[in-house]
Amino acid sequence: MTIKHVIAASSAMALLAFPAVAEPTAEVLHWWTSGGEAKSVAVLQEQFKERGGVWTDMPVAGGGGDAAMTALRARVLSGNPPTAVQLKGPAIQEWYEEGVLADISDVAEEQHWGDVLPAQIAEHMKCDGHWCAAPVNVHRVNWIWGNKKILDDNGIAMPTTWEEFNAAAEKLKAAGITPLAHGGQAWQDATVFETVVLGMGGPEFYQKALVDLDMDALGSDTMIKVFDEMRVLRGFVDENYPGRDWNLATAMVMNGEAAFQIMGDWAKGEFLAAGKKPGVDFTCAATPGHGFLYNVDSFAMFDVGDDADKVAGQKLLAELIVAPSFQETFNLNKGSIPVRTDVSLDKFDDCAKLSSKDMNADAKDGSLLPSYAHGMALRGEPAGAITDVVTAHFNSDMTSEEAVKQLQDAVANAM
Amino acid sequence: MTDATYVSPLAGQRSTSARFGRIALRAGLYAMLILFALWYLMPLFVMITTSLKSLDEIRTGSLVALPREITFEPWRIAWSQACTGTQCEGLKPFMWNSVIIAIPGVLISTLIGALNGYVFAQWRFRGANMIFALLLFGCFIPFQVVLLPMAKMLGILHLAGTIPGLILVHTIYGLGFTTLFFRNYYVTIPQELVRAAKIDGAAFFRIFWSIFLPLSLPIIVVSVIWQFTQIWNDFLFGVSFSGPGTQPVTVALNNIVNSTTGVKAYNVDMASAIIAALPTLFVYVVAGKYFIRGLTAGSVKG
Amino acid sequence: MSNLLERWVPKVVLAPTFVAVLIFVYGFIGWTAWISLTKSKIMPRYEIDGFDQYTKLFATPRWDTAMNNLYLFGGLFIVISMVLGLMLAIFLDQKIRTEGVIRTIYLYPMALSMIVTGTAWKWILNPQHGIEAMVQGWGFAGFRFDWLVNPDMAIYTIVLAGVWQSSGFVMALFLAGLRSVDGEIIKAAQVDGIPNWRIYTAIIIPSMAPIFLSAFIVLSHLAIKSFDLVVALTGGGPGYATDLPATYMYAMAFSRGNLGQAASSAMIMMAVVFAIVVPYLYSELRAKHD
Repeated sequence: MTIKHVIAASSAMALLAFPAVAEPTAEVLHWWTSGGEAKSVAVLQEQFKERGGVWTDMPVAGGGGDAAMTALRARVLSGNPPTAVQLKGPAIQEWYEEGVLADISDVAEEQHWGDVLPAQIAEHMKCDGHWCAAPVNVHRVNWIWGNKKILDDNGIAMPTTWEEFNAAAEKLKAAGITPLAHGGQAWQDATVFETVVLGMGGPEFYQKALVDLDMDALGSDTMIKVFDEMRVLRGFVDENYPGRDWNLATAMVMNGEAAFQIMGDWAKGEFLAAGKKPGVDFTCAATPGHGFLYNVDSFAMFDVGDDADKVAGQKLLAELIVAPSFQETFNLNKGSIPVRTDVSLDKFDDCAKLSSKDMNADAKDGSLLPSYAHGMALRGEPAGAITDVVTAHFNSDMTSEEAVKQLQDAVANAM
Repeated sequence: MTDATYVSPLAGQRSTSARFGRIALRAGLYAMLILFALWYLMPLFVMITTSLKSLDEIRTGSLVALPREITFEPWRIAWSQACTGTQCEGLKPFMWNSVIIAIPGVLISTLIGALNGYVFAQWRFRGANMIFALLLFGCFIPFQVVLLPMAKMLGILHLAGTIPGLILVHTIYGLGFTTLFFRNYYVTIPQELVRAAKIDGAAFFRIFWSIFLPLSLPIIVVSVIWQFTQIWNDFLFGVSFSGPGTQPVTVALNNIVNSTTGVKAYNVDMASAIIAALPTLFVYVVAGKYFIRGLTAGSVKG
Repeated sequence: MSNLLERWVPKVVLAPTFVAVLIFVYGFIGWTAWISLTKSKIMPRYEIDGFDQYTKLFATPRWDTAMNNLYLFGGLFIVISMVLGLMLAIFLDQKIRTEGVIRTIYLYPMALSMIVTGTAWKWILNPQHGIEAMVQGWGFAGFRFDWLVNPDMAIYTIVLAGVWQSSGFVMALFLAGLRSVDGEIIKAAQVDGIPNWRIYTAIIIPSMAPIFLSAFIVLSHLAIKSFDLVVALTGGGPGYATDLPATYMYAMAFSRGNLGQAASSAMIMMAVVFAIVVPYLYSELRAKHD
């Protein structure tokens, strides 16, 4: 009896003595599990620990986050969501609508995120006007990579229009070189498709067709021309492309089997890992046309009720993710650029500097646009429906007219 | 083989046909068996050779050629250094999770399956066939369908993210198969055996224990092979119903192999895949031995 | 008294399984049926909306491809695995000296996770790196083996890898079955001078009917659930030429956040399975019963 009282009293005192100090804890569900990606997220874990936090790692790779999303649904349904989850694009708002996201506006305002993030990108991090996610990086999707030696030998400059690209490709083909290294997986087909939409239709058309899903734009003559160009590109790809992983396509450019590859800036990591130097062994340039397609990774915070430790963990995590020091280290590791506009780029390579310069310029004239192929522009359903048509067209003899018709049907069906 | 009483028709034949014909037949038989063995081994060959190459060699050379220089580095990395998240300790820490999920899962589902099969084969009652059909049809439910309701159920049972939760899931969805295996095996045992035992006053469990179980080795082996393979190689349940610290080895393997935008280390991937499969391979080698012993035991019955 | 107990024991033994199946199989099917009538997106919602999801499903060209692939793949996979499994079991049953080794070789593919084996197959079947390149390297320049990259043939590579993975287990099932056949009957038949192939077709194989049932169930289960196989080998491509209902459903449910659509595709899939499997089960179980 008395002992019980003593314990009760002392624990009550303990509570009084340390009233507000919570130990920040975070369980982080993410799909960065290997190589440079894992190292990059480990930096965050390190910083979190330094600030007294307890990090529980919940890595699930596969399918560009599909497997992680499967696990996430199971976790939420079983009433036990992780504290922070790697989510991006409109999926953030989708989860918000299910009523499971937490509000991190106080951290965001304290850290003045509004002043340092490009406005378009900041919009993705907000749910109903308040902040609900923290951005990590900006990948540019519309890059075209070239093998420097092949281009020099054949007297080819990096193309700035699709006509130029076609002409260069014909020349390479005649010289017996595969002009375009491509992996025939649905998402890679979609990646090429969106760069063609941007390049041939311009930023405004891209916005209408792939962001606003405007039926007239989807059925327009411009869209038919886009599919025509896809068919032309199909002729520049070697016949063994189906199913090829993107990194093997990159290897083809590296090894001199192919001249170009259209791929986001993660491809740079492959070149660098093989000891190739930008500007010397390979060249990077924006795909033909004007504009910047971004793919921004971010972490959304899930509602954890009033568990003080977890809430503290979420706030600390959000603060660290956007802080300049993590932005710099992480993006140096990953090949992307910092999402903040005030981080010094001294340590970054020329491709990253170009990316940053274009991002700031394009943000001003409305040509900084979300990538549809990487889940930034549309919700899963319409995006998937478009990809189905794009990949079916690219891998068969479907006519451009038929593709455009199917595109309209599929999007209407997915609304 | 010490198999004395069992006679295979072709081998045991005291044939009058020409000796030469027999030898040719045997040679052809062996040729076929070896040909198929090569076909089965082909992917393993690719995996092993790749796992012994350096990444540079993979990047520059042919993917299916023999290694120019053999290195065991990828195996070491796969076992204890590969990153599976922020943690870079290889597959090692995850093997144990799979073991403590798979072993109880296999044992429980096999035991219940044996009892169920015994009832369906030898103690039929009105409606038993209907229940058996319901159970069998359950084998066909796509696992993607059960994920979400199951998650909710595990939450209600407070088993979400735990090892017992995973054992439960694997046991439930394995029961259809284990029951099927045992039922079909026990059906071939004459019902007179049970009737005679009943007259002698033996009870339900006594008959099972002293007559059926001793005859069951081959089918236990089949059931164990099946269940162990299914549970050990499961990814979908493992990824959905585990939490931090309870993830099975397939999830770790997946995390090593599936890099979204990182550099792919195929040699480490292949080594990891082989390491992750070692326990199943081990079960096959050992179980194969008991297969034969079980047959010997089985043939004594006749 | 004890008689009464005896009557109840078998039912009591079955009860837990029965309850578990009712909840975890049929309850969940019911749940899926419900969801298929709703507008559920990334998470389940329970307001009934009607048969919209089914209408949309049937209007999707990709779903047609997936269903056609299921019939083609499922049929070939089950038949080839059964025939090959039975054939190998009979071969192995001829007092083969190295049986243990060969049997393990035939069985091992089942042990490997397709997540990575798929990559190995991909390389082998890839015209640029694998068999085609190898045979061409031997001097047969005209040799073509491009199934993997040919939209019309790619589905057969899935059959090939599927058979590779599963036929060993079927072989094991049949081997266990062959060895439980009564040796006396065979001896008697041989004494009567009945040719060996007749012994197999007339005596041994018919007596293994329950094994065929097991093999059929195991194989159709694998066929319907083939998911890893497709994801690892072709990723559903070229285009979506090798999509199966299971991969379609997964894509809808988890990549595209359209649970309602996924549930409707699951219901159609189960209806098809029901239509094919139930008559078979019925005839098999009836035959046994009588």
